[in-house]
Amino acid sequence: MIIPLLKGLATTLKMALSKPITLQYPEEKREVSPRWRGHPELTIDADGTRRCVACTLCLEVCPSNAITGIEAGEADDHGKYPVAFTIDLQRCIFCGFCQEACPKGAIKLNNLYELAQYDKKLLVLDIERATQSKPQLRLGDWL
Amino acid sequence: MNLPLLIVVSVLKIAVVMGVLLTCVAYTVLLERKVLGFIQLRYGPNRVGPWGLLQPVADLIKLMFKEDFTPPGANKYLFLMAPVITAGAAFLPFAVIPFAGNILPPEITFYGYKIDLTVAALNQGVVADTNIGLLYIFAMGSLGVYGAILGGWASNNKYSLLGGLRLCAQMVSYELALGLSVIGVIMLAGSLSTVQIVEAQKSIPFIVYQPLGFVLFMVAAMAECGRTPFDLIECENELVAGYQTEYSSMKWALFMMGEYTHIIVASAIATTLFLGGWHGPVLPPFVWFMGKTFALVFFFIWVRGTFPRFRFDQLMQLGWKVLLPLSLVNILVTGAVILLIKG
Repeated sequence: MIIPLLKGLATTLKMALSKPITLQYPEEKREVSPRWRGHPELTIDADGTRRCVACTLCLEVCPSNAITGIEAGEADDHGKYPVAFTIDLQRCIFCGFCQEACPKGAIKLNNLYELAQYDKKLLVLDIERATQSKPQLRLGDWL
Repeated sequence: MNLPLLIVVSVLKIAVVMGVLLTCVAYTVLLERKVLGFIQLRYGPNRVGPWGLLQPVADLIKLMFKEDFTPPGANKYLFLMAPVITAGAAFLPFAVIPFAGNILPPEITFYGYKIDLTVAALNQGVVADTNIGLLYIFAMGSLGVYGAILGGWASNNKYSLLGGLRLCAQMVSYELALGLSVIGVIMLAGSLSTVQIVEAQKSIPFIVYQPLGFVLFMVAAMAECGRTPFDLIECENELVAGYQTEYSSMKWALFMMGEYTHIIVASAIATTLFLGGWHGPVLPPFVWFMGKTFALVFFFIWVRGTFPRFRFDQLMQLGWKVLLPLSLVNILVTGAVILLIKG
């Protein structure tokens, strides 16, 4: 009758002496999975230009109309590229359809998850703010 | 006898003891939250100050600014009296608990007058060395029941009243076992004075002679304090804290202070009666006393983090059918052995 009680005490003491598993969130961030669906971004090439060809497939597939206002410009080699591109994070449902639809791997969901803002306007990304700035945050091209 | 000196020294001692005790109570709350946190693989409070050391201050400020609500239909005077009785009855036993041996020389010369400090134990580390020390402790311990049951009744809430009744039943049942478990110590020491009991343990603490008495005392003390596994009176996670449901702000804080003071007092009494009080090698007596007391406080918290709660019938069965007979057997065996050895 006494031994199970002592066993219980030993277990709790062992737990008390082991390291807590708490993640102290604002100071320590959790590493997200590589397939994490953060917000969509326009990826950049090795030379730093956008891969987007302004085909508007992502705009067509987007179920919540988060992607709007794609305007195409013409390059010297007659290739299309976007001059305007709007991603509205208030509307985005992080479904990843745009990433699937894109033939060039030009729009991808990154792994950012702290997306809250005090000002709604900050959540509407224009083409500059929708462009990838941290290369390590994206999925590989093979995904 | 020098009356002004008696008053001055006693008041000083009371002030120091109360100050240290209240600080200890505040930090016992933090200790409990920390230890429970570590047991559950968490950190516990660590935001206020380094390692959360200022948490008690933050708690105090929060409690002071809370609304002090008296439910309509409550008996205002008793509603106010109940926490005062609980906290007061919890603090009072510390008057006779010796925390150190001699803290002053037996005689001092003051402007040419020789002053005898051995009068009324002025030179010893205890507020009052009375020859009924233990009786006084148990008398004060029993008074705590009044606070709880008055609080439950004055709240004008049937659940509070039921909580108070539960507490009353539990306290009365375990007070018997608590009182009887220390009889062995009294027989060995031959005195009710706490100072003399500690002095009788100079070479060997009584836990060696009275292991069963110590276990019985600890179990009964946990029940008296209303601690897990005997915390049916509160059942924080099922009922809404029993008799203190309707309390808020500093009145609630007084109940809580009373509760944590009970833990410290119970540990201090166990230290005094069984673990040899302030006696110990190398370190100063006060450090030994505090160390032993807080080791037992840690044990209380450790037990809370480990065991589930009893059912009420199991509680009563343990009290009346196990602890009470065992403590009687303990007295019988102790008496027989003393008779055999001393002839």
